[in-house]
Amino acid sequence: MIRDSWRIVRLGLKSLMLHKLRSSLTTAGILFGVASVIAMLAVGEGAKREALERFRDMGVSNLIARSKKPAETQSSSSQSSWTALAYGLLYSEADLIKASIPDAEVVRIREIKRPMMRGEYFHTSIIVGTEPKFLKVASMTVREGRWLSDTDNERLMNVCVLGATLARMLFPLENPMDQTVLVSGNDRYRVVGILKEQGRTAGAGSTPYDECMFVPINTSRRRFGDSITTRSGGSFSRERVELNEVKVMMQSSDEVPAGARILRDLLDSKHKENSDVVVTVPLELLRQEEESKRMFNIVLAVIASISLLVGGIGIMNVMLATVTERTREIGIRRALGAKKKHIIQQFLVEAGVLSALGGIVGVLIGIALPFGITYYFEQQTHILPQHVLLAFCISAGVGIVFGIYPAWRAANMDPVDALRHE
Amino acid sequence: MVAAEMVAAADATTAENRTLTAPQKSSDDIIAEFVDVHRHYQMGDNLVRALNGVSMQVKRGDYLTIMGRSGSGKSTMLNLLGCLDRPTTGEYRVGGRDVSKLSDDALSDVRGTEIGFIFQSFNLIPQLTVLENLEVPLFYQGRVGPESRKKAEYLADRVGLGQRLEHRPLELSGGQQQRVAIARALMNDPLFLLADEATGNLDSNTESEILNLFDDLREKDGITIVMVTHNPTVAERADRTLWLKDGEVEKLIENHRNAAVAGEHA
Repeated sequence: MIRDSWRIVRLGLKSLMLHKLRSSLTTAGILFGVASVIAMLAVGEGAKREALERFRDMGVSNLIARSKKPAETQSSSSQSSWTALAYGLLYSEADLIKASIPDAEVVRIREIKRPMMRGEYFHTSIIVGTEPKFLKVASMTVREGRWLSDTDNERLMNVCVLGATLARMLFPLENPMDQTVLVSGNDRYRVVGILKEQGRTAGAGSTPYDECMFVPINTSRRRFGDSITTRSGGSFSRERVELNEVKVMMQSSDEVPAGARILRDLLDSKHKENSDVVVTVPLELLRQEEESKRMFNIVLAVIASISLLVGGIGIMNVMLATVTERTREIGIRRALGAKKKHIIQQFLVEAGVLSALGGIVGVLIGIALPFGITYYFEQQTHILPQHVLLAFCISAGVGIVFGIYPAWRAANMDPVDALRHE
Repeated sequence: MVAAEMVAAADATTAENRTLTAPQKSSDDIIAEFVDVHRHYQMGDNLVRALNGVSMQVKRGDYLTIMGRSGSGKSTMLNLLGCLDRPTTGEYRVGGRDVSKLSDDALSDVRGTEIGFIFQSFNLIPQLTVLENLEVPLFYQGRVGPESRKKAEYLADRVGLGQRLEHRPLELSGGQQQRVAIARALMNDPLFLLADEATGNLDSNTESEILNLFDDLREKDGITIVMVTHNPTVAERADRTLWLKDGEVEKLIENHRNAAVAGEHA
């Protein structure tokens, strides 16, 4: 039985070898179909994972309110350079949030960009002033030493915890623990802890937390104040910001929608005119992403089906030509005792082999392609085994489905006419 | 003889043990028989009576040729004899069984087990080797295996092909191709060989070689041969010639050559 099946498959291969170019061109249709299906699924899966990671980094049970510098208007640019531009979240608002959502953990965050120095090593990064609860809300862990404590905060201690990357940059050759970092040339902070590397993109604005330095929020307020003066091109601009971010961690993701409603209502009433506060709900973004992913998947599926359909039509076309060409062979086989089912079997297997060959090469290319995409476009890709299997099975299935009609035609030829065919 | 025994052993599984080495010339049992066979075609408004009441018999060990002008019903007769077609009315018995009402699948089985086809244009399958071509009839009976290979080797030797089993048909000469076809026709131990202008595509030298092979097969192995031809030289070598005219049997001529040979001896 197995030997006979192998014989039929080998016969199919031999017959396809009669027209190498034609067979390979036909195969190409399926090949590109399968390869593109696998590649597209891998890119889609990669994008999905990337998004998932990003939102998970932000925390699916978190709500994030962030201060945003309002878009500069005509009037604001003409105002006196000594008038500070005040925007964003206030300490009083953070207290209000805490009071309105009592079950939640509320963490206040102030971010200030400052040059940091340790010996000859120098780096300008963000100093994050925050509270002890931050560690839990941002789901980070300490690698060495300890995290900021309530005592640090109450006593305005000049201590800091370094992100893993920043620790490497400032202390490439020594252990940073208990050493001091010089900020803005005159402020010294003792390193009490180093965070474990996160490798995430989420952080203070566009700076990942791995590159940040963490200090108690009270210390930061005392040292740097709320108003920041920056000089650019000879003119000064002053900004007054109390808090850059407030993270609200709900007890579970189920409570996120309710919490989001309260937070939005509260902040909308305070920041109506100038939209200087943005509320981000990672869970909502995740849902949106999943929604758009679904659309993307449908589009993908449609494109893939079209390409496989075209490949299938190609196979049908070639099989019809083959059947016509080999009418004589069909007649001979019928005369030598082949039943209709044998002829159907032969041509179905041939069509199946044709598309499966395309499928195999397509799978190989389809697996290779995402690596290239990842390499050249820095787009995360992920190949799932079931996607590969699916694409291959579809290709073989396409061959068989589109081979049915040609095979049926071959089997139903009159043997007498078939033998007489030139 | 050793090879022949192997073939006999290989064949022992089949119900009817007909081997090449068991000539049954003496028996006159009828292996193919037409009883008042009609074959009519509807061509537009006309009814074409291609065969119009033909009765004939082929006995075991016979060498029969069927002759006639084009349009006489030769081809129709060939198709019916080969179970490629069914009579409109009348009976066609193969090995005692009426096959005129059989289904398509059953007819395929009759072709596969009882009839050995030989065609004018050899009709080998080009993408297969000689060996694979020889195995085609047995493949459809599910009988391909080491035995079929031995049998193919034996028959290739028997028809004078020697060691060409791995060649492709197009690498062989016309005469060699027809030898392959003859060997293929013998693979399923048929009741009779059915040849359609078997030498029509060959030059006269090769033609006589092939005809000698037919004679040899008949004499040594007791093979029954039915040949459709329009070539009198070919027909002369047979025992009997059935002449067809307008779909009816015109005459049945017995023993040209054998009579002549007998005359010489007398």
